[in-house]
Amino acid sequence: MTALRVERLAKSYRGFMAVKNVSFSLEAGEMLALIGPNGAGKTTCFNMINGQIAPTSGEIHIFERRADGLGPRAIGRLGVGRTFQVAATFASMSLVENVQTALLARHGELWPSLRSAVRRRRDEALAILALVGMADDADRLTAEIAYGDVKRLDLAMALASEPRLLLMDEPAAGMSPSERRGLMALTERLARERGIGVLFTEHDMDVVFGHADRLLVLNRGQLIADGKPEDVRARQDVRDIYLGAGSLEGGSR
Amino acid sequence: MSFYVVQFITGLASACSLFLVASGLSIIFGVTRIVNFAHGAFYMLGAYVAYTAIERLGPALGFWPAALLACVAVAAIGALVEMTLLRRIYDAPELFQLLATFGVTLAVEDLVLLIWGPNELLGPRAPGFKGAVPILGQLFPTYDLLLIGLAPVVLIALWLLFRRTHWGVLVRAATQDREMAAALGVNQKWLFTSVFALGVFLAALGGALALPREAASHDMDMSVILESLVVVVIGGLGSLPGAFLAAVLVAELNAFGILVLPGVSMALSFVVMALVLVVRPWGLLGKPEALSRPPTGAGATRWRPLDTRGRLAVVLALALVAALPLVGGPYALNVASELAIFALFAASLHFLVGGAGLVSFGHAAYFGLGAYGAALAVKTLGLGMAPAIGCGVLLALAGGIVFGWFCVRLTGVHSAMLTLAFSQVVWSVAFQWTDVTGGDNGIIGVWPAAWAASPQRFFWLCLAVCALAAGLLRVILFSPFGYALRALRDSEPRAATIGIARQPMQWAGFALAAAFAGLAGALYAFLKGSVFPDTLGIPLSIDGLVMVLVGGVDTISGGIVGAVLFRGLSIWTISHTDYSRLVDGALIVALVLMFPRGLIGTISARFKR
Amino acid sequence: MAWHSGILSAALLAAALGGAPAWADDTIKIGEINSYSALPSFTAPYRKGWELALDQINAAGGVDGKKLEVISKDDGGKPANAVTEANELVESDHVAMLAGTFFSNIGLAVSDFAKQKKVLFLAAEPLTDAITLTKGNRYTFRLRPSNYEQAAMLAEEAAKLPAKKWATIAPNYEYGQSAVAVFKALLSKARPDIQWVGAQWPPQGKIDAGAVVEAIAKTQPDAILNVCFGPDLVKLVREGETRGLFKGRTVVSFLTGEPEYLDPLKDETPTGWIVTGYPWNNVSIPDHAAFLKAYQDKYHDYPRLGSVVGYSTIKAAAAIIAKAKSTDTDKMIAAAEDVKFATPFGEVTFRKIDHQSTLGAFVGKTALKDGKGIMTDVVFHDGAGYLPPEAMVKAERPKD
Repeated sequence: MTALRVERLAKSYRGFMAVKNVSFSLEAGEMLALIGPNGAGKTTCFNMINGQIAPTSGEIHIFERRADGLGPRAIGRLGVGRTFQVAATFASMSLVENVQTALLARHGELWPSLRSAVRRRRDEALAILALVGMADDADRLTAEIAYGDVKRLDLAMALASEPRLLLMDEPAAGMSPSERRGLMALTERLARERGIGVLFTEHDMDVVFGHADRLLVLNRGQLIADGKPEDVRARQDVRDIYLGAGSLEGGSR
Repeated sequence: MSFYVVQFITGLASACSLFLVASGLSIIFGVTRIVNFAHGAFYMLGAYVAYTAIERLGPALGFWPAALLACVAVAAIGALVEMTLLRRIYDAPELFQLLATFGVTLAVEDLVLLIWGPNELLGPRAPGFKGAVPILGQLFPTYDLLLIGLAPVVLIALWLLFRRTHWGVLVRAATQDREMAAALGVNQKWLFTSVFALGVFLAALGGALALPREAASHDMDMSVILESLVVVVIGGLGSLPGAFLAAVLVAELNAFGILVLPGVSMALSFVVMALVLVVRPWGLLGKPEALSRPPTGAGATRWRPLDTRGRLAVVLALALVAALPLVGGPYALNVASELAIFALFAASLHFLVGGAGLVSFGHAAYFGLGAYGAALAVKTLGLGMAPAIGCGVLLALAGGIVFGWFCVRLTGVHSAMLTLAFSQVVWSVAFQWTDVTGGDNGIIGVWPAAWAASPQRFFWLCLAVCALAAGLLRVILFSPFGYALRALRDSEPRAATIGIARQPMQWAGFALAAAFAGLAGALYAFLKGSVFPDTLGIPLSIDGLVMVLVGGVDTISGGIVGAVLFRGLSIWTISHTDYSRLVDGALIVALVLMFPRGLIGTISARFKR
Repeated sequence: MAWHSGILSAALLAAALGGAPAWADDTIKIGEINSYSALPSFTAPYRKGWELALDQINAAGGVDGKKLEVISKDDGGKPANAVTEANELVESDHVAMLAGTFFSNIGLAVSDFAKQKKVLFLAAEPLTDAITLTKGNRYTFRLRPSNYEQAAMLAEEAAKLPAKKWATIAPNYEYGQSAVAVFKALLSKARPDIQWVGAQWPPQGKIDAGAVVEAIAKTQPDAILNVCFGPDLVKLVREGETRGLFKGRTVVSFLTGEPEYLDPLKDETPTGWIVTGYPWNNVSIPDHAAFLKAYQDKYHDYPRLGSVVGYSTIKAAAAIIAKAKSTDTDKMIAAAEDVKFATPFGEVTFRKIDHQSTLGAFVGKTALKDGKGIMTDVVFHDGAGYLPPEAMVKAERPKD
């Protein structure tokens, strides 16, 4: 099933076209990277898909449902999870409480009541933490763990909603090289096992070429390439954008 | 026709003095993000110091140099306050800075009384601007014309200062992005000090320029700070042209409003502020701000439900307090009842500020609605105490539902300002609707039912109700709903993605907090036997914030401890000293400096290490 | 952590509330509450006044052979504080009676507290008519001439004026509203030909004087009633004078002749206003001379109206206790209902039906002398002649 289909998506700010007629699709279980130099429209494009900004024109279909113009929460309800460039977690809670909250939200159990939430869905939450390898840290305060771990928690929270489409905004930003590899390997494994479609933006070419099945290259708001990493890497126009092809020589699998 | 022209320029003159003060507040907020509550105090100091300067130095220097010298002196005092107090707490949560400036305000009020004595001082008139000139056949004061000319001059001077000087460029950079300015190698310390001094100078100038129109008096600070807050919010936080426009708008609305409704002045500016915030939260000329984290400072400590030992300790402590009638007389019980009530009030505010991350500058409105609801139920419906308390809670809940709906639509300081506006509107209604509320004379004769009338029983009632209610709030904080509120507070984008709807959740939280504040207010009505508009007033709202912050916004019990401490202290100082505001103010400042995370927050952090 | 704070609160409570009051049988205590920090310009002279009276009483051997003691509290201008302190005075300090208060709402709150606790309350300065009429109770006595009396004295003068078109300016709260209402009713009764052409209700302490002056001028009244006082009065006078509002118009003004409000106006005192007040250096009442001398000897300052009220309050309290020969509340009430006591304005008593004292007030015209505001053409009105009619009291005052 097609997880995400974007058609002629465009966004203009006071006449400036930030994104011009971008079309692409993403299948379940596929890792799709969205790259491009700064100002290419990656973030705009990404934020239109996750519902943070409304497109000027074009269509977004998520699991064949029209999704353009929906807010982040409605997008979330379509089975979309996301992680943030700067990890967004609940700092005043323990790790497991973070995930519990996500689970409670998913099951619509957040309305005022006098039941304690302390043990509700704790086991499920622990299972998800185990998935990202953080079960041992479950009761630590989020504000006190290392940033790399916060990013893993960010991923765990995205997973708590059992997404079939995962949107990741620069998943590797702010992490050490070994943490990057770990996180992306984990993501790829989960995507394969669970058939999750993953769309991610990234600057780090090691990450891009190491994990993406397919690449989208944006430049000045236009989609200039859509294809397998090897093919895209070979293209001269892509190389020109990334001045000095060296930066495209990421590692391979 | 000529009348309307004259009325218009009369309004302009008021607008100009309003702008001078508001511009300083706006500049300080723009750069330091401090809502400088002491701005009114500096205005008042400006008036008093200028009075003395003109009287002593005026004959030698002349009127204007003496007045300017006074403003410079007050600006120096402002700089000193910034360097010794605010500079130490820029890293603390933003509300702490508000708290510190509030402490300064209290202290200055009593210092002015100590230095200049109790009488209001008639300011000297400006030489050459004592008379009036005919405008379209009506006499118009020349001094007002001077003000009308001066305000645009100040606006342009400030504009040039910010656009054409290196310092101004740095200030604007810092206004837009504090971190970026720091990265540019700007010496932030001195930048902040100079900006603060400039803002205080403008406040003092406003005060000094008010002298030829009015007397220097002890209560000139409060009305000025509120008026200028309104102007700054309507115009857009940090926008000088906005402040100018808003000052004109407010002053003209007032000048023409009183022709239609002569009693309209009291609520008008706050109604306008509420409308502007609802329609255009960032103000007339302000810029929509990116969502900033609420300035509460909550979110760094893990909240856990009580373990067995903790529960036991709470039960023990409650039992200990409940045994008070064995040792304390009726007065002690009366004070203890009051402390219990304020503990609940503070707990409800803590639920909102600490739990949901929503800052309220107007939480007293719900306390007061509870008190009025109960009192009116007794007086007009003839209900007994228990159902009357229920009515109070319902009225507060209704208020929370209506006002909360608007407040949660905004975020951060805008939302806080809207709570302030609503509370002032409610206050004005209570103050002016004499037929129902008794106006300023309030409602008296609201005493407890016979079964709870003795001081012991009433104390036990208060203790039981407040402990239960505070416990309930705690339980809610640990329920899934409490998790949702804290999630929204900690990271709204994440909360939205996992499917937590911010507005309905926070709306429910707001209404709950209002209802619990209303319960405290209803008990308070019966404790005092009477209700007056000051139960809905801003001072009480600020007291509530002081309680929560002194105790520690980051700890669940902080509000309760802060309430017991602060209210107990207030009761003691006002009963035992003549300068209670000086003592309270100095203590608040000291607490902020020594316990930047609140008393309980700091103490428990020590324990951990 | 939470349990620390629980224990801490409990300990604090215990520490704060422990300790029983000392009790001495050879003194009689009076609990006194006023807005010392909120309204120092009136209450500071007031305090000097009662301190003088206290000194005199104790120097003359006290009351009934016992020393009189006053325990004084500041209410900060808030009724709730006043009630807490009244409670402390009654329950911890065991005072014989309560006295004081300035603001009407605080007076009412303490009055209601006194009723609840069955304690005598001698309200010194609140002006509201409610305290003796609609919300009166048998425990409360009020010293200062009420709003009604001030209005009646002024209306009597106003009725003599040729002016037919009147406008009013009053602060927008109960005091201003009821002052205007009573004045209007009394003046309209005396002069049915009078028209009320304009009314302005600026918020207390925040008058937008220029706009108010223009709005009043627009209605072209022959005469103006003013109820504003304090900083509002200063602003109103300056704007009104500069804009020519008062030219050719008579102004009748509540309280403006009291030194507390007149003195700050200095050389800008408007002339010819008909006011109630206290011309301290122009009083021909014999008792006043002694008071003035004693006050000036002690404080090297002249008395304000507050001084007279403070002085008379303690004199009244002493007289009541002396007459009752007891500090039993019922006996003191019975005594107070026909006590006679000396004040700087002559002998005064409380009227039985509404517990309002017969203390009088001065009516005169403002004038300028040596750069200071004074009152001329001063007439002293005995309060007894201006009390609310008995029928009105019967209709409005709740039965005990």
